[in-house]
Amino acid sequence: MNAPKPTSSAIPAGERLGFWAFIAVSILFAVFFLMPIIWSFANSFKPAADALANPAALFSKAFSLENYRRLENVGAGWYVYAGNSILVAFGTIVLTVLVSVPAGYGFAKFRFPGQSLIFVVVMATMMIPFQSILTPLFLILKMLRLQNNLFGLVLIYVTFQLPFSIFMMRNSFDAVPKALIEAARIDGASQWTILRRIMLPIALPGVATVAMFAFLNSWNEFLAALIFLSDQNKFTLPIMLVNVSSGIYGIIDWGALQAGITVTMVPCIILFLLLQRYYVRGLTAGAVK
Amino acid sequence: MASIIQGANTRTDAVQMNEAEPKGWLGLIFMLPSIAFITGLFIIPLIMTVWMSFYNWPLLGRAKFIGFANYIELLGDSQLWHSLGFTLLYTVLVTAAIMIVAFPLAMLVDRPLRLAGFFRTIYFMPVVIGFGAASTLWMWLLNPDSGVFAQLLLGSGLVDSAPRPLESFWPALAVIILMVVWKTAGFTMVILLTGLQGIPADLIEAAKIDGAGVWSRFRRITLPLMRNSLLLALVLNVTSSMLAFDQFFIITQGGPENSTISAVFSIYLASFSSYRLGYGSAMSFALLVVLVAISSIQLTFMRQRPEES
Repeated sequence: MNAPKPTSSAIPAGERLGFWAFIAVSILFAVFFLMPIIWSFANSFKPAADALANPAALFSKAFSLENYRRLENVGAGWYVYAGNSILVAFGTIVLTVLVSVPAGYGFAKFRFPGQSLIFVVVMATMMIPFQSILTPLFLILKMLRLQNNLFGLVLIYVTFQLPFSIFMMRNSFDAVPKALIEAARIDGASQWTILRRIMLPIALPGVATVAMFAFLNSWNEFLAALIFLSDQNKFTLPIMLVNVSSGIYGIIDWGALQAGITVTMVPCIILFLLLQRYYVRGLTAGAVK
Repeated sequence: MASIIQGANTRTDAVQMNEAEPKGWLGLIFMLPSIAFITGLFIIPLIMTVWMSFYNWPLLGRAKFIGFANYIELLGDSQLWHSLGFTLLYTVLVTAAIMIVAFPLAMLVDRPLRLAGFFRTIYFMPVVIGFGAASTLWMWLLNPDSGVFAQLLLGSGLVDSAPRPLESFWPALAVIILMVVWKTAGFTMVILLTGLQGIPADLIEAAKIDGAGVWSRFRRITLPLMRNSLLLALVLNVTSSMLAFDQFFIITQGGPENSTISAVFSIYLASFSSYRLGYGSAMSFALLVVLVAISSIQLTFMRQRPEES
């Protein structure tokens, strides 16, 4: 109980020192986490000679888009791959939301025998990695004639987004107060009106989280895209990057690679910076389960 | 007036009954699309994995039932055992490295300052970049001819010739671990941060007043109360590391001398390079059993509540 009473001047001095130590250490870490991104971004705008002479420099005298122009000649051209990635990401977002929102609503607001068993099965999909069922998925897509097809890839991505998304949406609908729904029913609102006018507005942040995870995971996924897509003009951006990085006749065009990396990562970073709170929401929802 | 209230009351009763039973099956209709997806593209493939593992299943031509032959071959496959051992080694090292970086990071940014939030965002940024883009980015950073690391090391005079870390096993593993720490430490930081923020501030204050030092506060209060988020971070890191593929496929390409072929990489090679789909399925199923075992052990630990101190 006899805590030594610090002198009045010691607290500010100590705290100030602590604050500056915090700043210094934080900046050191920030350099480690930020620099690779900045380097790659900076080099994508350098002419080849500058990039080779001084890769660590953040600015070069000459600003050039030649790397991006050379990326147009990689395979079908980078905009085709970017277009494929956008299609796949967009398809995954739309289908994931369309499927997981009603499912989350069903799990949150209805009770019927066997319901909890279904929920357990859905959640179990999170425990089992999709990498372990790729071989049969390949055969199933082939049977459905959806192998080497962007829509087939979307179906796979949606399936593996579903457990998290349904969990997220169930929690969002659970947060809608029962009294509010009952009041609406008394006023004569139909099931559909209640869902649309009362539940969805409250559950909307959950939808944003679901959509954001669907975007990032489908945009960045590599292994399934590598296996299921075989036509050069159907590749997504990560596959293009690997093709550039494996080089032609053993020579790797590092400049074009930088441009490709920039095209691939910048949308993710911008989206994250804009919608950060929805992302962290999703992570913490996973953490408390 | 009275009749209106009366009417409202009976309505409420009816609604409550509706919620309980008759409309309950409507919920199933809402779930049907998701059930279709999960059955068709998860449960059926899962069953097929087991079924296919008993077959000699080429990409073209007839599949032939061969009983446990795939599993017997699997037991004697030295490349597979090597890759499993490598995956375990990688998992242990990378998980430890991530924890060692992410825990101090979480403590560092756990303060009610705007600036702390700013740094949190920066540390998290590599997490949203895909593993594919991150791997190719690090390939460039590491390359001896025009990479940043080579230039910085040469410029500082620390080395005489550009290092080629990908040409031998331990340096290759070390740079991969460095890259994965860069890419994922922010994720673990956020998980640990939720644990840190769950610790009541007055508990720490009380310990301070009782004269507990920084270390004993950390060991007696912070660590035990963070048990669950620590275990969650462990489960997530271990399972994702056991499934590592992109970085070994892209950066080391399995080399040098096939020493960095991970478990998923072996499955990929068996199924989609040699097109031995049956054998690939057997490997997949074995990996699945190992993974489910690991996560259920870890989750059992998590279920046990930490004792109140």
